[in-house]
Amino acid sequence: MILSKKNLTIISFIIIFISSIGSVYSIEPDVFVQSTVNRAAKTLGGNLSKIERIQKLKDIAKDTVDIKGIGFYSLGSYRKGLTDEQKNEYAIIFRQYFLKSFASRLAEYSNPEIEVNSKKKINENYTMVFSTLVSTDQRPEVKIDWRVYTKDPKNPLIRDLIIEGLSLVRTQKAEFSSIIDSNDGDINALFDSLKNFKN
Amino acid sequence: MKNFILITLIALALITNVSAGTDGENKLSKKNPDKVKDCFETLNRGSFALNQGLDKIIFKPVAKGYRSLPAPVRTGTSNALINLSSLITIPNNILQGDFKKAGVNTGRFVINTTVGILGIFNVAKKMGFSEYEKEDYGQTLGAWGVGPGCYVVLPVLGPSTVRDTAGSFVNVLGGDPWYNASTHGNNEYLSKSDYVATKVLTGIDFRAKNLEAIDNLENNSLDFYASVRSLYLQDRQKKISNTKATIEIMYEGDWEEIETD
Repeated sequence: MILSKKNLTIISFIIIFISSIGSVYSIEPDVFVQSTVNRAAKTLGGNLSKIERIQKLKDIAKDTVDIKGIGFYSLGSYRKGLTDEQKNEYAIIFRQYFLKSFASRLAEYSNPEIEVNSKKKINENYTMVFSTLVSTDQRPEVKIDWRVYTKDPKNPLIRDLIIEGLSLVRTQKAEFSSIIDSNDGDINALFDSLKNFKN
Repeated sequence: MKNFILITLIALALITNVSAGTDGENKLSKKNPDKVKDCFETLNRGSFALNQGLDKIIFKPVAKGYRSLPAPVRTGTSNALINLSSLITIPNNILQGDFKKAGVNTGRFVINTTVGILGIFNVAKKMGFSEYEKEDYGQTLGAWGVGPGCYVVLPVLGPSTVRDTAGSFVNVLGGDPWYNASTHGNNEYLSKSDYVATKVLTGIDFRAKNLEAIDNLENNSLDFYASVRSLYLQDRQKKISNTKATIEIMYEGDWEEIETD
């Protein structure tokens, strides 16, 4: 079928319109991190009960963190040996564990002040965003780098936090590996630990 | 004689350590801290448990007490201890061939020790000196290509590797001018107890700065021992590489296969 000139014009307009929407709504990784930090700071600084605060932090994590990606990264070489059924089970268990752990880690901080300083694009999929947790009387200044997954520029996601050069996800990967290794390579030992996690 | 035995032991440890790099198991890659073997894990976990016990009954309460001191007192103490560590950093800058940093650190030490009154005030920072980065003999050995060897947890002293432990011995074999002056200085102003006191204070200062962070990590770890091991090895790797790039950029390849879309 040969398109008429009119139809071709309409299709061109639609393509231009869609791509312009895409560019309008793509979010710069540093802006994304700053807005995420602001959301968390607002939650932590507000007059919420601990339960409400934890729930809000979980909501923020669901919106901004690539929980599934982090989960599979944390398995390291063990992820290749999983069956589809185990993968599905793991994705569910890890998500529950991650949200509980994430909220608990942050819930004790009150009103943290984080300044986003710069960013560095590593490749099409990743940008590092560099920030600083401002010092207080009780603790020194802390450098926090954010690994942002930018494969979908409209929906960037956090994949790691690197605190003073130390990667939290890499640490988690070592931890998971240690649990599996000390149980003769039995992945179910990790599943049990994740299910039984209480903080 | 005592020094001779120590030097022989260190040499033996390092020779064994370098050989271990060729066995194909203990990968001593400069770029992957997780490949360091935990050869003595059972023993290490025992030491780790001991250290946790000591931390609970001694270090943590003392660190909490230290934290209640006025902020200027803590800052001054921390500055003075950091200034003292320059005495180990400077020779290691030279051993690593970084003469420019050695010069800058010497200038910083002289200014802070004199104008800054024994390092209590960081005058050099106000004058625009670059950020101070500690160096030690373990880092120098790493920079020279000596592999880390096995991971070890020392009672009281905490996580280390065979290489870093050997490096620490260099301090008491003449590599630390502060140790030499306080222990062998033959003067009426300093004694060995001053050296020990500064080391203890350094530990308390570190613990006090990390009270919440360590508690948080412990409460949220499935295997706290493994978390501490990973963090220690990442930290050493970063310091030995002398790079500003984060570990995550260095290990970019690890993420390649993770696709969740």
